[in-house]
Amino acid sequence: MSADGVDLKRRRTLTLATSAFGAVGAGFVAVPFLASWNPSERAKAAGAPVEADISKLEPGQLLRVKWRGKPVWVVSRTEKNQQELARDDAELADPNSEMVQQPSYCQNPTRSIKPNYLVAVGICTHLGCSPTYMPKRTIDGLPENWKGGFFCPCHGSRFDLAGRVFAGVPAPTNLVIPKHQYLSDTTLLIGEDGGAS
Amino acid sequence: MSENKGFMAWIDARYPATQVWSEHLADYYAPKNFNFWYFFGSLAMLMLVNQILTGVWLAMSYKPDAALAFGSVEYIMRDVNWGWLIRYMHSTGASFFFIVIYLHMFRGLLYGSYRKPRELLWVIGVVLYVLMMATAFMGYLLPWGQMSYWGAQVIVNLFSTVPFVGEELGIFIRGDFVISDATLNRFFALHFLLPFLLCAVVFIHIVALHKVGSNNPEGIEIKKGPKGNKWSDTAPADGIPFHPYYSVKDIAGIIGFLILFSAALFFAPEMGGFFIEHPNFEPANPLKTPNHIAPVWYFTPFYAILRAVPSIAGSAFPGVVAMGAAIVVMFFLPWLDKSPVKSIRYKGPIYKVALALFVVSFVILGYLGVQPTSPGKTLLAQICSIIYFAFFLLMPWYSKIDKTKPVPERVTK
Repeated sequence: MSADGVDLKRRRTLTLATSAFGAVGAGFVAVPFLASWNPSERAKAAGAPVEADISKLEPGQLLRVKWRGKPVWVVSRTEKNQQELARDDAELADPNSEMVQQPSYCQNPTRSIKPNYLVAVGICTHLGCSPTYMPKRTIDGLPENWKGGFFCPCHGSRFDLAGRVFAGVPAPTNLVIPKHQYLSDTTLLIGEDGGAS
Repeated sequence: MSENKGFMAWIDARYPATQVWSEHLADYYAPKNFNFWYFFGSLAMLMLVNQILTGVWLAMSYKPDAALAFGSVEYIMRDVNWGWLIRYMHSTGASFFFIVIYLHMFRGLLYGSYRKPRELLWVIGVVLYVLMMATAFMGYLLPWGQMSYWGAQVIVNLFSTVPFVGEELGIFIRGDFVISDATLNRFFALHFLLPFLLCAVVFIHIVALHKVGSNNPEGIEIKKGPKGNKWSDTAPADGIPFHPYYSVKDIAGIIGFLILFSAALFFAPEMGGFFIEHPNFEPANPLKTPNHIAPVWYFTPFYAILRAVPSIAGSAFPGVVAMGAAIVVMFFLPWLDKSPVKSIRYKGPIYKVALALFVVSFVILGYLGVQPTSPGKTLLAQICSIIYFAFFLLMPWYSKIDKTKPVPERVTK
């Protein structure tokens, strides 16, 4: 074979251009394959924000709402509950909610938008069990000065009525507060906050 | 290469059958001093074939559907003819595959089989190990038992700890906000796909091996030694043809191995909860967490390293990085060892102590990984994790100052 009349520089440029074009094409083809791994429309619909009607929730009661397959609690805190939240700071692992377990608008003493309503994901931050609502000291596993809160039956983690974890229990962090907003005085939207966080 | 006549000549003119046979088997010269540690390569291939064969058969009765998966495994165990045997060959086989691979890797550490010119051979081997772990992890979700579900939950959540993109990454892997039918379905597809990738990389592993030739317990390069043996004037004097000498020896190894494998398969297929954990006989329940979540034994050393690293600023990511680093560091082993000799037979006391400490810590980490944590156990896991990393990261220094013995020129005395 003879190289006469062959412009090697031009040949190299064309080879490079062809390869680059092919690589870009392969990149485009990869898009649908990768994107198909994201949640399907059906999964997204099941994970969509849910509305909760809290008009019938009496003070001291708990309402369970299912969101993305997880229980979300809405607790109506009584006046007494709210006052008692301020009292046991020393016993808590993260009393001021410094770890990001809540949207920024809930990093306050009651970990909520409205002081009388707690909205929290009812999954223990230890290993994912669902704790039990304990408004009063009804079992022996709770300390004498129990002022209401949540008790995880799996490994004995305890949380107060703002979902803050007590010090010295297996759970490392406070309960997660989901994104939420009030659509009206009696309607709550869980999973969506209109960009407030 | 001899010239064939008739049928083989016709084939050879169209496909290099005889050529491949001689180059890789009949005229492939391996060192004559292999000991029992050299069984594990061929045993690993045997287990790969076992896993693929039983796996394809299981797929004929298994249903990758969150509502049906658990029931279909029970159906295989109770109603499918010989289904129990095929299922246990697969599940017990997975554990034996890892036993064989860990011993195969340990052989490499003993005799310096990762040293020049076998660096790439080792690196390809670590790629195989990573692929194997991915395959095993996805396979463990398929029975859709409690430990399948929650184990996958914990492992996928590891990806969610990555700063900034973690949440999206977790959702991308699961295809949902929680482990669900979508996750099960894709893990089944990937569990089916990866073994074929494994086969391809095993092929590359062997191509690399046959390029550089096997190492041996003496760590002597037989290709650099004198030439000429009773089969060939140009072959290494210390080599013997792989076939029939090692093909027959490997069959003896396989018989010994199958005795042990069958003993486990027929008498303790779950190995007291180590090969199949007890909570996995309960169907997956997304609302109820088992009291204690532990991965299967072959992942536990890395799981223990994960848990040994404390959370920093409420993020478990440093532990995840440490766990990943424990595997990534293996890739660099060929360049960390600066010893003038390969085999432990000629290495000095420092390496022997280092290797012994490494093996002991790896086993302790494996044990701690199945145990619930306690402050004492966490401290022990931290000490063992430090030894694990020190073995690799301090190797450039201790392997250099170690007192080695002179290596003979020939494999024989």
